[in-house]
Amino acid sequence: MNYDWTWSVFLEPSPDGRGTYLQTLVEGLGWTVAVSLSAWVLALVLGIAVGTLRTVPHRGASVFAAFWIETFRSIPLLVQIFLWYFVVPELLPAGLGDAIKAMRPPWGSFWPAVIGLAFFTSARVAEQVRAGIESQSRGQRHAALAVGLTVAQTYRYVLLPMAVRIILPPLTSEFMNTIKNSSVALTVGLLELTAAARSMQEFSFQVFEAFAAATVIYLVINAIVVLAMRALERKLAVPGLHGQAVRGTRK
Amino acid sequence: MSVSFDFDVILRSAPYLFAEGMRFTVTLTVLAALGGVFLGTLLALMRLSPTRLLSWPAALYVNVMRSIPLLLVIFWLYFLVPYFGAWLLGEDRPIQVGAFWTSVVTFTLFEAAYFAEIARAGIQSVPRGQLGAAYAIGLTHGQAMRDVVLPQAFRNMLPVLLTQTIVLFQDTSLVYVLSITDFLGAATKVGQRDGRLVEMYVFAAVVYAVVCYLLSRLVRRLERRVAIIR
Repeated sequence: MNYDWTWSVFLEPSPDGRGTYLQTLVEGLGWTVAVSLSAWVLALVLGIAVGTLRTVPHRGASVFAAFWIETFRSIPLLVQIFLWYFVVPELLPAGLGDAIKAMRPPWGSFWPAVIGLAFFTSARVAEQVRAGIESQSRGQRHAALAVGLTVAQTYRYVLLPMAVRIILPPLTSEFMNTIKNSSVALTVGLLELTAAARSMQEFSFQVFEAFAAATVIYLVINAIVVLAMRALERKLAVPGLHGQAVRGTRK
Repeated sequence: MSVSFDFDVILRSAPYLFAEGMRFTVTLTVLAALGGVFLGTLLALMRLSPTRLLSWPAALYVNVMRSIPLLLVIFWLYFLVPYFGAWLLGEDRPIQVGAFWTSVVTFTLFEAAYFAEIARAGIQSVPRGQLGAAYAIGLTHGQAMRDVVLPQAFRNMLPVLLTQTIVLFQDTSLVYVLSITDFLGAATKVGQRDGRLVEMYVFAAVVYAVVCYLLSRLVRRLERRVAIIR
């Protein structure tokens, strides 16, 4: 294999005229972090809400939640992002749709990617939350109701705080999935990390160096997330409850 | 909504979408799932082996593969497969590999890492006593694995394996970045040609949703049937 290794390529100026290839990658990393964190926060809020509705004693609410989970889990992420990017602006009232289409880049790609990723992830978070609530013994709920808490208070003060602590390990891996999945944003034109590596490779022809750099950056992000979440898990571990409390959460 | 929804474009393009697009998607899913399960089982056996020389590379492979986005893997292999093919065939120059085989290799290698973790959990779910009993009646390690442990492991992990295959079915849509005509690629082509992206993407979403929902219902039913009552 006669490949021309040039590791100094990162210091060469990139054709976008704004700096070196290294800078291109760092900016890409910035967008990866921005998309992942925004989508994750939104996914947590939606996922906890939907996961809770899935377990409440109200048929309408739990049917709605089940429908939400099945829908956003069954459509590929790429298709969901396309729906938010291509389809939703067309279905909105003309004025609003045009305003969305007129958004300055990269925001026009950023928001559809964030919303698409968030809704996709919310279905998976909701399943974890449901499992976290259902894994607690019935006595918890009954005791809370018996001391006079309303259903809402039971969830707010008893079931949900426990559920979140129980499902922290699977949530960690969901968060890492979110970071990896944020790369799909490149399909609607966002120059996140994977896209930055691809554009660097297209202009410099140093394919190996570009993708190796992106791979190493993803590995480092992973390591940071794992260490941070492990510290959080230790801090929030429920005393007397060991190991993986949640099993078979997928279906 | 600026223009009316055109159902006709869906009806007109349906034969193309399914005969061309869906056929590619399903073929890729099946081949990559079979290849992934085979390679994944090998990786799991390596990873559980007491020999460091085997367990280390397998662990490294699985962990790296699971840490990077599938899209990055697709780009990596689009670049590497021609070199790898040249090396395999002893050619001097990178060989031409079609888009189809590139994507089969890519998804097989990627899914193998995920199937390896499933297989490892499956193998570990078989009680240790089974292996001990197999040794006691005189089986070698290979025989014990093949005839005693793996059949039970596969039965335990079948539902998770199929669920992962549904995820794979969805993930194959990412061949979009290689401009391949899978189901989504076919929908995109028709949508761009006729200026009907809204209709085509809504239809694609509905088809994926229905197929995946039905498949996951099927898996849930299977899960109850294959469960080993202890």
